[in-house]
Amino acid sequence: MVPTDLHYTKDHEWVRVDGDEATVGITAYATEQLGDIVFVELPDVGRSLDQFATFGVVESVKAVSDLFAPVGGEVLETNAALTGQPELVNSEPYEGGWMVRLRLADAAQLDELLDATAYDALIAAG
Amino acid sequence: MHYGPHTAADRARMLGALGLSSIDQLFDDIPAALRASKLDLPDPEPELELAARLSALAARNRTDLASFLGAGVYRHWSPPAVDQILLRGEWYTAYTPYQPEISQGTLQSIYEYESLLAELVDLDVVSASHYDGAAATAEAALMTCRQTHRDRVLVSRAVHPHYRETLRTYFSGGLQLEEIPLVAGGDAAGTTDLDALERMLAEPDRPVAGVIAAQPDFLGLLEPMPAIGELAHAAGALFVAVVEPIGLSVLAPPGAYGADIAAGEGQPLGIAPQYGGPYLGILATTDALVRQIPGRLVGMTTDLDGQRAFVMTMRAREQDIRRDKAASNICTNQALLALAASVYLTTVGPHGLRDVAALGAARASELEAALAAVGAPRIHPGPYLNEFAIRVPNARLIHRRLLDRGILAGLVLADAEPGDTSLADGLLVCTTEVTTRDEIDLFAEALAEILGGRPAGVEAGAGSGGSALAGSAR
Repeated sequence: MVPTDLHYTKDHEWVRVDGDEATVGITAYATEQLGDIVFVELPDVGRSLDQFATFGVVESVKAVSDLFAPVGGEVLETNAALTGQPELVNSEPYEGGWMVRLRLADAAQLDELLDATAYDALIAAG
Repeated sequence: MHYGPHTAADRARMLGALGLSSIDQLFDDIPAALRASKLDLPDPEPELELAARLSALAARNRTDLASFLGAGVYRHWSPPAVDQILLRGEWYTAYTPYQPEISQGTLQSIYEYESLLAELVDLDVVSASHYDGAAATAEAALMTCRQTHRDRVLVSRAVHPHYRETLRTYFSGGLQLEEIPLVAGGDAAGTTDLDALERMLAEPDRPVAGVIAAQPDFLGLLEPMPAIGELAHAAGALFVAVVEPIGLSVLAPPGAYGADIAAGEGQPLGIAPQYGGPYLGILATTDALVRQIPGRLVGMTTDLDGQRAFVMTMRAREQDIRRDKAASNICTNQALLALAASVYLTTVGPHGLRDVAALGAARASELEAALAAVGAPRIHPGPYLNEFAIRVPNARLIHRRLLDRGILAGLVLADAEPGDTSLADGLLVCTTEVTTRDEIDLFAEALAEILGGRPAGVEAGAGSGGSALAGSAR
């Protein structure tokens, strides 16, 4: 079971909402599919993202994938620790491996995301 | 690596495994109208006759000329070891095998190339390799756009006109390319106009991704590279240096003056001048831009048994994996030409390379004096290395008449830069270590006769004030 306090996208990003701030990362399932992550390219602070817009790139030893914003909003902070330790995304996908913090533009956008049960069903279906 | 043709039995077995009866069936997905049916080729000829015909065609090339032509492609002496090694069957194949389990030699040779070039340009990362200097320069320009998320690039008018043309082609899809004018007169005539550059960088709401300048520039002049780089960086733009590799042994390398990317033509490194290439595009950058550089990168690592091993690295950015978001459409390299550069650099060595550059510069100084004495002075006063522009009346006609006498008097600048009136009577002439004093005397004497002036009477070894290395050496 994936963490129940998060919202998920079909592209395997998660978002944790705290007030008007939204923290975004990728799921444990995504990291297993990608393999060892060697680089994460993140947006500049201050950039404004639309929901589902590409906000960065994650590179593993065998693939490169775009990262999509589960919700829209201004980038408040990016996880600087990933520059030197991209492997945090593999080891702590929901904690130390977070990627960006956004100012949530519109809480109603969360309705378009999956809850833990629906996301579990998605990955179970492969 | 060994290659053998498939037998009919091999093909039948493979088709059987696929459940197909003919090779044509493999291509059923491609509409018939798009398939090549018959190539427009002449009938086959016996090998002996074909060889005779090609030899006759090749004999029409003039290889007897005293050549002073450079303009981006340079004649150099190449140690016989270079071609001897290239011709070995392990290297001389149309395909570059990259699988590490069977290709350690190929991968090591690419690694060596990247290491040698990194030392020469003084930057962290070199990719192997691009079609030619123009393609590498265009890739460098695209790198600046990707890295800065800006879409406007400034290129000095003194970058080779062919490179600017290639840049325009690459930039025709929406990116903006603008040319920085050159200084019209005075000591800096013919080099990039720093005041104009500063104004272009300061235009409101038009941020610049990259600034491109060449060292030496197309006219052979030495550019104020540190100042160009500082102006670019102050505006948040990246700085691309277009370089000539042999000159790097005596000039400051791009890494020393803060260039973010170096691009250039590697032809002078053991590759004979040949019409249309293939040549060698050099592309190098800093660690900060490593994920933007297209082309092959080979790294050194250890295998499971702890032995030194070479592998392709940073593969994930490339076209076969990243599709339309790849760093470039470049997805392979011309390994044989990178190998030529590696063998050349290794056999000539660092001291030899300096000798090559210094001798070319010394000959150029002699040529300048000889030509000035017969009425063909330099156009620009600034320092140069081994190439410079001279002014002669009726340059195109003189060029043709010198050719009749077996002298290739460089490049008619009006052909290369038709829009620049300051170059209207210009010839761009060049010397390298293979230029002889006899050739210089021949050029000067012939020019004197054609111009109706006094005979050359130039003493060997005569130098001049405007020359070469002063103030520009590392």
